[in-house]
Amino acid sequence: MTKKQKNLLIRVICAGIFMLLLLLLPLENYPLLRFALFLIPYLTVGYDILRKAFKGIRNRQVFDENFLMAVATIGAMALGDYKEGVAVMWFYQIGELFQSYAVGKSRKNIAALMDIRPDCANVEGEDGELEETDPDDVEIGTRIVVRPGEKIPIDGRVVFGNSTLNTAALTGESLPRDVSVGDEVLSGCVNMSGLLKIETTREFGESTASKILDLVENASSRKSRSEQFITRFARVYTPAVCCSALALAILPPLVRLLAGQSPDFSDWIYRALTFLVISCPCAIVVSIPLSFFGGIGGAGASGILIKGSNLMETLSKVKVVAFDKTGTITKGNFTVTGIHHSPMENEKLLELAALAESHSDHPISRSIRAAYGKETASSRVADVRELSGKGILAVVDGHQAAVGNLKLMKELGVEAAECRSPGTIVHVALDGAYAGHIVISDEIKPNAKAALAALKDAGVVRTVMLTGDKESAAGAVAEAAGIDEYRSELLPGDKVKEVEKLLKESGEKSKVAFVGDGINDAPVLTRADIGIAMGALGSDAAIEAADVVLMDDDPLKIAKAIRIAKKCLRIVYENIYFAIGVKLACLILGALGIANMWLAIFADVGVMVLCVLNAVRCLAVKKL
Amino acid sequence: MKKTYKIDVDCANCANKMEEAAKNTAGVRDASVNFMALKMKVEFEDGADADAVMRDVVKNCKIVEDDCEIFL
Repeated sequence: MTKKQKNLLIRVICAGIFMLLLLLLPLENYPLLRFALFLIPYLTVGYDILRKAFKGIRNRQVFDENFLMAVATIGAMALGDYKEGVAVMWFYQIGELFQSYAVGKSRKNIAALMDIRPDCANVEGEDGELEETDPDDVEIGTRIVVRPGEKIPIDGRVVFGNSTLNTAALTGESLPRDVSVGDEVLSGCVNMSGLLKIETTREFGESTASKILDLVENASSRKSRSEQFITRFARVYTPAVCCSALALAILPPLVRLLAGQSPDFSDWIYRALTFLVISCPCAIVVSIPLSFFGGIGGAGASGILIKGSNLMETLSKVKVVAFDKTGTITKGNFTVTGIHHSPMENEKLLELAALAESHSDHPISRSIRAAYGKETASSRVADVRELSGKGILAVVDGHQAAVGNLKLMKELGVEAAECRSPGTIVHVALDGAYAGHIVISDEIKPNAKAALAALKDAGVVRTVMLTGDKESAAGAVAEAAGIDEYRSELLPGDKVKEVEKLLKESGEKSKVAFVGDGINDAPVLTRADIGIAMGALGSDAAIEAADVVLMDDDPLKIAKAIRIAKKCLRIVYENIYFAIGVKLACLILGALGIANMWLAIFADVGVMVLCVLNAVRCLAVKKL
Repeated sequence: MKKTYKIDVDCANCANKMEEAAKNTAGVRDASVNFMALKMKVEFEDGADADAVMRDVVKNCKIVEDDCEIFL
């Protein structure tokens, strides 16, 4: 609890006790003393509201909750309903206290979950001494030491040590990641086991942790339609209510007076005051921003950054999802998936290809070496010639080997077998004779299918994959992942056109999301109603262009983001309907004279507490 | 020029009010209040004196929400 809250709590308790004592004392015969005594708890608990109301009037910001409460309670006191007057103020303050406590609690929860800001960096000096430095002052290329249990403060490369990193703070998943010398590490991860020495590759301000914090802190700058609705609503609503209350206090008695009946002024003023208390808009005004605050915070803690509450709203209406293929549905790293038409053993062919490609750093070469799995001794390879766009010629173990595409085989005059498998085909020839081919394709992510199914469950009706790959490869991936449609052989510019087509076809109500890995697809991310960048850690362009950033590359998070948005919006609407419904009902009862002040207190504070409790549910998104 | 200030305010709606007030202050091009992080980001007009403008921002915020604090 903050100092302010404690202060208010003490005031509420003292006033409450004093009030109870007063109710027990027989004061009926001393009206003046009774008034003076009731004034004590009233002022104790409500002086700041009165002061704020007064200041509001002076600053021409008349119609706010403070004004409503001040008028209602002063009115009640003036009518001689001291108990009600004090009680309204007392319960109102309890509500305030509760709301402020709930907000503080949620804020702390979110802060703890998003605790990736490093306090200091241990810079290693010339003599090996460690110096604690402000991360802001660490230059690129500095050696820093991260001990077990500490957070990595700045992005860099490991130059000494082995360890396991906990990436939970970044990705929301506590999948430990092993790192050793040469590996890139991201700031915000926690070093779990061994001591690491890291050479920084970025400045602190450009590091992942700073980028993410920046994103989170700017998240709420874009307001949702329901928040704008509330702002407009409060602007019209409170003055309207005040005028109605005034009319209720004056008009009926006047009519009665004209009709020759007794005006019953105090009865109608009492009704007008109940009306005022009931109509206090706190429940809606407080709970709706709190819902978005909780939803965005909760999503952030699960590794989903949503850049504003307006996007939360759009996200909840997503009906069409378009995907980039590489990096979203597939892993983006290539693996050997087949070896065909080889007269020798598959192992042999792979060994031959791996040796011939042992000097190349091309992703295809790397995947062949990875599939071979053993060390490639460079002594067995000689006379390597790389023919760009075709392949490699080399002498392996004394034999002339050729490894490359169909063009290379044609050039060498070797009859190659065509392959219908999707993926990249690497043909191999040995001493001028065809030796078979290796099929290399991008692997589909293991949970791609589950992710697509989850999207359907989350209310998405159409999924489309957009890719620059050839028809056969695209078709195979789309089928395996269970994607409804695919468009293949697209140039980067074509993807924007395809998304525009989807936007036109889907109409106003249903929104189109585009999911990409942020490489080359920034324009598409911007063009779609919602751009979702995944695995975006380290890609600045993607973080900039996207509306939703998934910190790891798990496609299941797409559906999770939509579910979080839906839950949050559902809670927002529940609160709007519930609060306005209860208040309208009570207002009518109040105007008819059926509702008394105690019901009014429930309609004000009770509804607010219920709405705040409901709003806090937005924070619980772990299990979604 | 952009600057970030720490703020203290009790309710989300009050934060919205502060944001509105800051936006309408002369010398401020844009402002956003993040209630979650309790921070106010202010983008100043070119050539504006940030300190002087911020004093006005504080004054305007106090008008719409008395119970708020901006730590300059």
